[in-house]
Amino acid sequence: MNTTVISKRINNLSLIELRGVNKVYGMGGAAMHALRDIDLRIDQGEFVAVMGPSGSGKSTCMNILGCLDTPTGGAYLFKGVDVGNLSRDQRALLRRNYLGFVFQGYNLLNRTSALENVELPLIYRGIPADERRMSALKALEAVGLKGWESHTPGELSGGQQQRVAIARAIVTAPKVLLADEPTGNLDSTHSREIMELLTSFNSERSITIVMVTHEPDMAAYARRIIRFFDGVIDLEKQKE
Amino acid sequence: MLWETILLALREIRRNVLRSSLTVLGIVIGVAAVITMVTLGGGATVQVSEQIASLGSNLLMITPGQRIGMGQRSAAAAFDVDDAEAIARDISSVSAVAPSSSQGVTVVFGNENWSTKVTGIDGQYFKVRNWTIESGREFASSELRAGKAVCILGATVRRELFGGQDPLGSKIRIENVSCQIIGILEAKGQSTMGTDRDDLILIPLRTFQRRIAGNQDIGLIQISVRDGASTDKVKQDIEQLMRVRRHISPSEDDNFSVRDMKEIAKMLTGTTKVLTALLGAVAAVSLLVGGIGIMNIMLVSVTERTREIGIRLAIGALTREVLMQFLVEAIVLSSFGGLFGIVLALTASVWLARVLQVPFVFNSGIVVIAFFFSAAVGVIFGYFPARQAARMDPIEALRHE
Repeated sequence: MNTTVISKRINNLSLIELRGVNKVYGMGGAAMHALRDIDLRIDQGEFVAVMGPSGSGKSTCMNILGCLDTPTGGAYLFKGVDVGNLSRDQRALLRRNYLGFVFQGYNLLNRTSALENVELPLIYRGIPADERRMSALKALEAVGLKGWESHTPGELSGGQQQRVAIARAIVTAPKVLLADEPTGNLDSTHSREIMELLTSFNSERSITIVMVTHEPDMAAYARRIIRFFDGVIDLEKQKE
Repeated sequence: MLWETILLALREIRRNVLRSSLTVLGIVIGVAAVITMVTLGGGATVQVSEQIASLGSNLLMITPGQRIGMGQRSAAAAFDVDDAEAIARDISSVSAVAPSSSQGVTVVFGNENWSTKVTGIDGQYFKVRNWTIESGREFASSELRAGKAVCILGATVRRELFGGQDPLGSKIRIENVSCQIIGILEAKGQSTMGTDRDDLILIPLRTFQRRIAGNQDIGLIQISVRDGASTDKVKQDIEQLMRVRRHISPSEDDNFSVRDMKEIAKMLTGTTKVLTALLGAVAAVSLLVGGIGIMNIMLVSVTERTREIGIRLAIGALTREVLMQFLVEAIVLSSFGGLFGIVLALTASVWLARVLQVPFVFNSGIVVIAFFFSAAVGVIFGYFPARQAARMDPIEALRHE
């Protein structure tokens, strides 16, 4: 690690910082260590791919990064705030204001139009209806779904559904976009389209992206790759 | 945000129209039943008190014999005209005394005949019973004194015997007495007990005694107490007078009874009020059952929409917001049920009031109460499912298939 990087990290507080994070499920003899003493820093604007076999702790780590779960030991600092000390509702507000989620299974609301799906997070932010509509239309255009606004998830292909999900995640201009195997259900052509979208949001809007993936092809889009194994980070690779 | 939540609830309800309508059916029926029962009961109460008022609330009725049970009375000697005269003479604060006697008879006019009741009366009967003559005239005092064969018909008898014809001046045969019709009574309609109060013929008391009954008996003395005078006082005075006149020793019970219309009025309206409350309460139970139906469906809905709840929580919905979403949905559902119930109840009440011949008395109080009660049912029975939704773990909820 060279000195410029260190000084940069001291001057600018990291966006995301895990300090000795542990996550233990169960108690006593049945206790299962999902994460062991994880230290991790992610800065504003990074594109990080998280890899590792299933059961290696990467999903647990994503849940903690997404403020959906809290560590049993250690600290998770988001913009310097210890998430472990926040209440359930405070974490919900943190997700609402700073995070965007993209899931493997898209997780759109059924029988609800693409536009309404994208508007959903704006409703919770209390944005007025017409402003909400404008932003949602823009987000859908940004993911290349102009003209598909009134279609429900059932009427869209997998790739299109995932693009709606991405539009929903970026419509609030989040600090971090957490993607859990976003291309897991897609063929290679659609996967590449999705990755290009994510890359463009990362570079053009400097949205920090943390993405779990199994596929090295997809991980190659990221500038940094972290590999989990048995609850610890066993490999960290920075692309030049 | 609340408006958004209501819109969301409406969309969710519209998405499942059939299920939603079946869910609220319990509330609809409950609300409709409560309002209908209370409205009809209110109508019946009004009818009873109106009818009693039409009899005159300062009316006292003296009958021979004592009531010894439901509809049974002990046998006792009838009154005679002297008893009535004694009351008029000796009791103060009496404005009118009307002795009368009745008998069931068959009357004949041309080819028509009709079974009815003939009542022998004297002049003050009209005043005491609040009867008015629609056409023709009352009995002249000379006719009453001489016992002339003249009669006044009730509206029902007139309709049955004469149809559309004008009966004034015609002669009808009562038993074997030929009587000239001199007047028609204004219709009073049905009584609360379901008897037709217009099914009667009035003739002079003397005519009745001589030519129909063949005795001097009087079956009923009705008395109007002067306005402002105490009915209880008059009642006591009459009881004392009659005991003397009927030679009842102090150890014996009365062999007659004096009844106050106010008491009867109170008793009858009291009964209808209790019945109304009882029916309303039974109907309210169905509202409760309707509420349980809503809770059931809301629980199913929460389970079905676990993933949706997960998505909302992940996106940043607060516990309170998810709770509100499902609570508002339950309240909107039950309020819709309440509204439909009100519409149904008003339609049913108007129709039933006509069929049962009670007046339709709109009770805005019960409509408002029933509506808010239905909304409250939504709050109470929607809370538990809503809390279940709000307390979900977003990670678990998102994993739910």
